[in-house]
Amino acid sequence: MDLFDPLVLARIQFAFTVSFHIIFPAFSIGLASYLAVLNGLGLWTGRSVFVDLFNYWKKIFAVAFGMGVVSGIVMSYQFGTNWSVFSDKVGPVLGPLMGYEVLSAFFLEAGFLGVMLFGRERVGPKLHFLATLMVAFGTFFSAFWILSVNSWMQTPAGYAINANGQFIATDWWAVVFNPSFPYRLVHMVLAAYLTTAFVVGAVGALHLLRDRSNQAARIMFSMAMWMAAIVAPIQIVAGDFHGLNTLEHQPAKVMAMEGHYDSHPDGAPLILFGIPNSAEKRIDYAIQIPKLSSLILKHDLNAPLAGLDTIPVDKQPPVAIVFWSFRIMIAIGFAMLGLGIWSLWLRYRGRLYDTPWMHRAAILLGPSGFIAVLAGWITTEVGRQPYTVYGLLTTAQSASPIAAAAVGASLIAFIVVYFALFGAGTFYILRLMNKPPHPHEPGLDPDEPIRAGGIMPAPAMDAAGALQPAE
Amino acid sequence: MTLDLPFIWAGLIAFAVLAYVILDGFDLGVGILFPFVKGERNRDEMMNSVAPVWDGNETWLVLGGGGLFAVFPLAYAIIMPALYAPITIMLLGLIFRGVAFEFRWKTKRGQFLWDWAFAGGSTIAAFAQGVALGALVQGIPVVGRAYSGGWWDWLTPFSLLTGLALVIGYALLGATWLIWKTENHVQRRAYDIAFWVAPATLVLIGLVSAWTPFLNAVYMHKWFSWPHVLLAVPIPALVLVAAFVLLKGLTERREVSPFLASLSLFVLCFIGLGISFYPHIVPNSVTIWDAAAPDNSLAFLLVGAVVLVPIILAYTAYSYWVFRGKVNAVGGYH
Repeated sequence: MDLFDPLVLARIQFAFTVSFHIIFPAFSIGLASYLAVLNGLGLWTGRSVFVDLFNYWKKIFAVAFGMGVVSGIVMSYQFGTNWSVFSDKVGPVLGPLMGYEVLSAFFLEAGFLGVMLFGRERVGPKLHFLATLMVAFGTFFSAFWILSVNSWMQTPAGYAINANGQFIATDWWAVVFNPSFPYRLVHMVLAAYLTTAFVVGAVGALHLLRDRSNQAARIMFSMAMWMAAIVAPIQIVAGDFHGLNTLEHQPAKVMAMEGHYDSHPDGAPLILFGIPNSAEKRIDYAIQIPKLSSLILKHDLNAPLAGLDTIPVDKQPPVAIVFWSFRIMIAIGFAMLGLGIWSLWLRYRGRLYDTPWMHRAAILLGPSGFIAVLAGWITTEVGRQPYTVYGLLTTAQSASPIAAAAVGASLIAFIVVYFALFGAGTFYILRLMNKPPHPHEPGLDPDEPIRAGGIMPAPAMDAAGALQPAE
Repeated sequence: MTLDLPFIWAGLIAFAVLAYVILDGFDLGVGILFPFVKGERNRDEMMNSVAPVWDGNETWLVLGGGGLFAVFPLAYAIIMPALYAPITIMLLGLIFRGVAFEFRWKTKRGQFLWDWAFAGGSTIAAFAQGVALGALVQGIPVVGRAYSGGWWDWLTPFSLLTGLALVIGYALLGATWLIWKTENHVQRRAYDIAFWVAPATLVLIGLVSAWTPFLNAVYMHKWFSWPHVLLAVPIPALVLVAAFVLLKGLTERREVSPFLASLSLFVLCFIGLGISFYPHIVPNSVTIWDAAAPDNSLAFLLVGAVVLVPIILAYTAYSYWVFRGKVNAVGGYH
């Protein structure tokens, strides 16, 4: 590949900006639900520690959500600037779905975020809980539309092609609920929950290492480990279903994931490790278990599995990237499962809060969810190459007619700005996490503007009731 | 009777863009004026005056961009590559100022950096928006269904002039907003600044308006041929009225009328642009009907827009109502 090819540069730019972006929603989808649970528990049990935890995580949510919003604005323009042919052709089908995402996100921001961030004292705990639920629901709704868009590109359905070469919808239900969408939605939402659980768990573990008696730290650690123990196995099963769906609709992607260059007429091996050698079309130093891949994918030890040798070379995805990113995701998934099982054992022995090695392991796995999310997305996005709309529109046909110099310059600018600004934001988040949660945890300072404040933060409620307008 | 969905949507998107320009215009303007008001507490006060509303203001930009993709995909596919550099620069500027709102309050040592990010990001975003507008007005070459020009085509004396005009215009919106929403030192500074940028804005509006018809015979035709001129004449007349109200309000030290007059100037200029553009969405080559997605796409999204946009507008209006009155440096609104 030529690095100064505008197509390659545009792909790197999209990969870079979308990867940076996905980190924040992956965290805020899970955290929004966690905040709703904390709020609900506080209301139900009347224990102030849940309010303390709510206030603690709310501050972190505000920063993360804000960075998700600003990096998201870039995405909504990136389709047009760098993928204009794609935009022209798929706009009639995907545009309205994206439009619904924008409208629902807008609705959420305008309506409920401000109340959630600032409003407990002003609207009362019940309405405040409702606002928190609506924020959680809103982040889910955003994910719903975006994943529907992505899934349609992977498994297009309910469309026709008009005289201008544009995709047009013939059945909106089939477009939105296209064949891979339910699997991808479940897999991604669970991934967001797990990602958040491991961040929460790591912060809890950090403060347990410093002070085992910190009640708030004990609760957040315990809740996170329940999530790990319960959701990690569910996620592995969901991922397996998603894989079977991919095998049905995008077999070449699964071949790359499995490293199957060759077809196996009587049972394919599961390659645990090895180094893909694309020149020789084989996996070097492969460690493999015979017939296991056929068992997993076809539920039959001797089922034949086709390999990349059945796919024309120009229709194959790059094997090495997909092979590795898939294994990274799987390894993290099992590490998460392992920590969950360990936590169950310690809980049974009554030593969950008194095992420093457990807490160190939880800190180590703190960022693992983000890595797994990125690795999973790299697997599915690189694995569907060379297409943007699977089987119908290639990536090369999708790009804008832009000079390499323009794309290269904007790529450098994005890289510099993102690392500087989101680096600073991450630093502020880590600084917040480094402070221990304590009783009577203060909320946000209402005088301090928050990027994610929405257009109706709490001073609104206050000003409406108690305050007099200036003369 | 069938609805003319492309026409309805053109109106909705034009509304979203206008809402963006006048709403984000004044809070970008506050950022542009940041370097001209000294003192940490004064700057706190300026930032607090827009803090509760600016985020909602900016979301109209996403609505405009996302709407264009959904409803007029061909226009989106032609305009975005043509304006590649200004759009990218605008986005980066908006990111800088967006995070500055939050990060500025998280540090004392680094505060001056975020002050610069806020002022610089606001100014650059405003200038890039003006350049993008100028580049669109001067016309972009289209072959088939794609932009066919180079990546420096947007850079011309005309687009630089429109860039400057928008920076000065937003500064006027920002200054008159501060006159309305602040007191004492900041308000006095805002009056001083407004006395400079108000006449400058009027001169720049005049220059851009005088230049535009000479860019293209179609614009000349739309503005000066009979009977179009009947539709066109009220616009410059109303601009003169708004200019009079603005200057009178400033000299009489009124607090609200300068801001409303400045907003009116922007609305009138926007209507003027509409007259120049209509029925095209990419000037003089692609009409709104050429660019529109099929009716079933337009109808599908219209259902959501009809329900949600009025709710969003109601929220927005309510929030501005709640935040009426003056702001100060420590207590937010009081």
